[in-house]
Parts: sequence; structure tokens; C-alpha cells
Amino acid sequence: MAEALLSVRGLRKSYGDTVILDDFSVDVAAHECVTVIGASGSGKSTLLRCINLLEPVDDGQVFLDGIDITDPRIDVDRSRASIGIVFQSFNLFPHMTVLDNVTLAPRRVHGVPRDEAEATALTLLDRVGLRDKAGARPDALSGGQQQRVAIARALVNQPKLMLFDEVTSALDPELVGEVLSMLADLTSDGMTMLVATHEMGFARQISDRVLFLAGGTIAEQGPPAQVLSDPVDPRTQQFLRRIIEAGRL
Amino acid sequence: MSEPHGWAPSGVEVDRRAYRRSRARRSALISVVSTVVVVGAIGLVVVNSSGWPRVRSTFFDLGYGWRVLPDILGGLWLNIGLMLACGVCILVLAMLVALTRTLRGPVFFPLRVLATAYTDVFRGLPLILVLLLLGFGVPSLRLSFLPRDPLFWGCVSLVLVYGAYVSEVFRAGIESIHPSQRAASRSLGLSHAQTMRFVVVPQAVRRVLPPLLNDMVALQKDTGLLYVLGAVAYDAILNAKIETAKTFNYTPYVVAGLLFILLTIPMTRLTDWVARRQGWSEGNDGSGPRATRGRAGRRHRSEPDPQRRGIGANAEGSVG
Repeated sequence: MAEALLSVRGLRKSYGDTVILDDFSVDVAAHECVTVIGASGSGKSTLLRCINLLEPVDDGQVFLDGIDITDPRIDVDRSRASIGIVFQSFNLFPHMTVLDNVTLAPRRVHGVPRDEAEATALTLLDRVGLRDKAGARPDALSGGQQQRVAIARALVNQPKLMLFDEVTSALDPELVGEVLSMLADLTSDGMTMLVATHEMGFARQISDRVLFLAGGTIAEQGPPAQVLSDPVDPRTQQFLRRIIEAGRL
Repeated sequence: MSEPHGWAPSGVEVDRRAYRRSRARRSALISVVSTVVVVGAIGLVVVNSSGWPRVRSTFFDLGYGWRVLPDILGGLWLNIGLMLACGVCILVLAMLVALTRTLRGPVFFPLRVLATAYTDVFRGLPLILVLLLLGFGVPSLRLSFLPRDPLFWGCVSLVLVYGAYVSEVFRAGIESIHPSQRAASRSLGLSHAQTMRFVVVPQAVRRVLPPLLNDMVALQKDTGLLYVLGAVAYDAILNAKIETAKTFNYTPYVVAGLLFILLTIPMTRLTDWVARRQGWSEGNDGSGPRATRGRAGRRHRSEPDPQRRGIGANAEGSVG
């Protein structure tokens, strides 16, 4: 593998006595789409939040483009701006219009003039099919629309890496498709992505590689066809059996 | 209420509406009659009681009340001015204290302790005590670099005491904003200060607007306490006191009281209205294109509707 865009080395994270991630390491190459699956509480969200420095890590390093972003001497806000994250619960700013949600970061972090920021934002909203909602407030939108705005908001910083934290888990089933197709579009555009998800269909069709998390580390990883159809690790087998029983695969 | 095109209410619905209207008329009539009866009865009892003439001449001397009205009204302007000036200072101080208390990191430890100590002390002290201490105590120090005007120190007392309360209101608002909002903002690269400024505080202020206005209503009344500082501040209450002292007729107090009530009622109604709206609708940052805003706005405003409709339905039900 070529020089990895994202490189996580020996990451450890615990809440009190509960160790969530233990000596966790992974590399993600540029333009690679990696899905992270695993049971609830296996550390999928924590991993993404640690990569984005939203959670302080106990130990280990995160390299983005060869730079150790866990180094306290670097500007945290700068590194965060080059990593986009989309949350399960959208987390749009309810007191701002859709357009203001998207232009907030360029205007305040990068000092882009309003006109320019709004032009860029409208292009992005066009891309997620919501240009006509630019003046609406988030709570006037459906869940799927809100999540698409959140994706546009995360993309506006032109991140090198996008993190998706179970972005379809809070959506009604009929709205899942519109968000997943956005993710598929991003993949084909060559965006580097780390996607925590329960959508096995998405993992199978879109991703280049699947990580199965268990016991605070990667229990199994490989191409989706292998991990999802022919798992080696007994925990993966058990997890997938439960998913199949629930009718989700 | 206009009906959408292409729909006329069915016979059943027309019937229901007619029935509801007749019930509404009936209950309106009942409420008018019962109000007249109850108020009339209370009035009759009061007016016919043995002490009434003396009560009337001591508290409700119309002629006297009218004569002192201009003086008291003149004083009321001072109360209003004090309320506005102190109100602005209070909001600024309170926001600074609230923000200080949300700062993390060891560097800010002394500031945090200071802010916490301030709220603890001034929320605990009775306002009247602070007024006496600062209003009389500080000028008596005869320190040349301090203002000697008791009115100034009166205002300082109000600002200090109310600032402590209001800072807690702000802090509650700030803490009520879900951490996910902060996470979303920080993930976009905004700093702590920017996150506060653009994401947390605007939402927090909107959320605590009703209790905030409530505190302003209380402040409006408490400006009256400055009268204890004596002849420096001829506010409505001091003027009323002077008039009362001349004649031992308490009508001036009643006049002053009525004026304060008249002053606070609009504020209270405003508070209620804001609390009912309690919304983001038409937020105060007028940015963004307006084209689709009307549509979004309508959605917002219609939001509390189900609740209101629910209450209406209950009222209707309970009448029948």
C-alpha cells in the first residue's frame, strides 16, 4: 500500500474502567472507502470521534497526510477543518438557515467573503439536490434532507478525509437510500472515507474494505465479499448471523 | 379561516361547526353573567362594610390622587431610565460571567473561581443590604477616586445583584444546548470562542428569553427600592412617600403602585408572547436569501399549533 492518507497507530481510548479502543491501528489510503462494522458499543463512533479529535485519546497517534494531529503543539482547529464528519443525529444548527449552516465554517474559519462562500455553498447544495432549500431552517426539512445538508456542510471545507458516523441510523427506511446514494457519489468522486454503518448492503456494494470491530480492535478486515460472506473470526460470524436474523442483510 | 380550493365542508362538518358556534355563544354568555354577579357581589360587600368610607378616603382619594399624579409620573421616568440603563449593564455583565464559567482549562481557573464566587455572594445577599452598603457605605469612605453619587452606587447594587441572577439564567441556557451542537461546530474547525459566539450563545439566548424578560420585569419594580437612598433620587416611590408624609393619606402609594402595574403589564404580556413563540422563527441574523424563507417560516410558526389546538379542544369539551 502506498503512503496512507490516514494512519492510526496504537490508539487507546477508555471511559472510566471501560476500554473502548485498545492498541488500535489502521491505515486508510487516499481515495479508499472503508466501512467499519461491529456491534453497538464496539467503538465505531469512538474511533471516528478520536480521529476527528472530538475525544481526547488516552494513547497512540493519528497521522493525517503524515502529520501527527494528536500532537498538542499543532493547531487542532486547522486539522479538524481538513476532516469532515457527519453525525448520526445530523447536528445542524437549528437557528441558522441551511445556507448559513454551510457557509459558517468558510466564513468564520477560513475568512472567505460572504458572496464567495454562498456561491460555493449553493454549488454544494445543488450537488446534494437541496439548492431550493437554501433559505429554509433545518427543522423544516425531512431527516434525509437534513442529513444531506450536513454532508454539504462537512464538504464545504474541502476535507481530505470524510468520516460518517452511522449517518442513516436515525432515518426512516425510505429516506436511507437518498443519503447512501450521496455517499456512493462521493466514493466515485474519489473521496477518502471512513464509514461506520449498520447498512451491510452499502458496505458490500460501495466500500473497498470492511473492518469488523470487536474487543476494542479490528477482529477481521478484508474486501467486503470476504468479510461479509465468508468471515473467518467467530465473532464476525456471530454478528453477521444476528444481522441476517434481523433481516438486514 | 379560508378553505383550500376545491373543497367545501360536508354536511356533517357544517352541522358540527354550527353546534360548536352555538356552544361558544352560550359559554360566552354564561361567563359574562357569572362575572357580573361575582364582581357585583364582592363590590356590594366591600362598599357596604362599616370601614369602607375611611378606606376610600385614605387609599382611594380620587381628587388627591389626580393632583399628585404628575409628580409621581415624573418620578416614574427615573425608574424607567434606571431600569433601561441597569438592564443593559446587567445583560452584559451576566453574559460575561456566564461565559467565564464555561471556560475550561487550568489557565482560566482563577477567573472561573472569581465568577463562581461572585454569583454565590450576590445571589445570597438581600438587595436592600447591598443598596445600603454601597449607597451609603461607599460614599462615606470619602475616597476621592470613587464616585460619591449614591444614585450611581444604587445602580451598581442593582447591576451586581441582578447580574448574578441573570448570569445563572444565561449559564443554564448555555448548558442546555446539546453537546452535539458543540461537537458539530468544533468538527468544522471553529474554535471554542467561535463556537460560543455563532452556535451556542445565539441558541441559548433564544431559549432563556422568557426567564430573562421575567427578571427584567422584576428589575423594573426593584428600581423602586432606590428610594431608600433618600433625596438623591426622586423616583415614583419617593415622590409618593413625600406626598403621603404631608397628609397621612396613602393614595399616592396606590397611584405609584398602579403606575408600576401599568408599566409591568406590557412587559409581562411580551414575556408570555415570547414564551409562546419560543421559536427560532425569523431569527435575528437576517442573512441568507429570503426566497424560501417564507415557506420555512410558516412551518415554524405552525409548530406550536397542535398544542394550542389541543388546549382549545379541551376548553370546548369542558364547556359542554
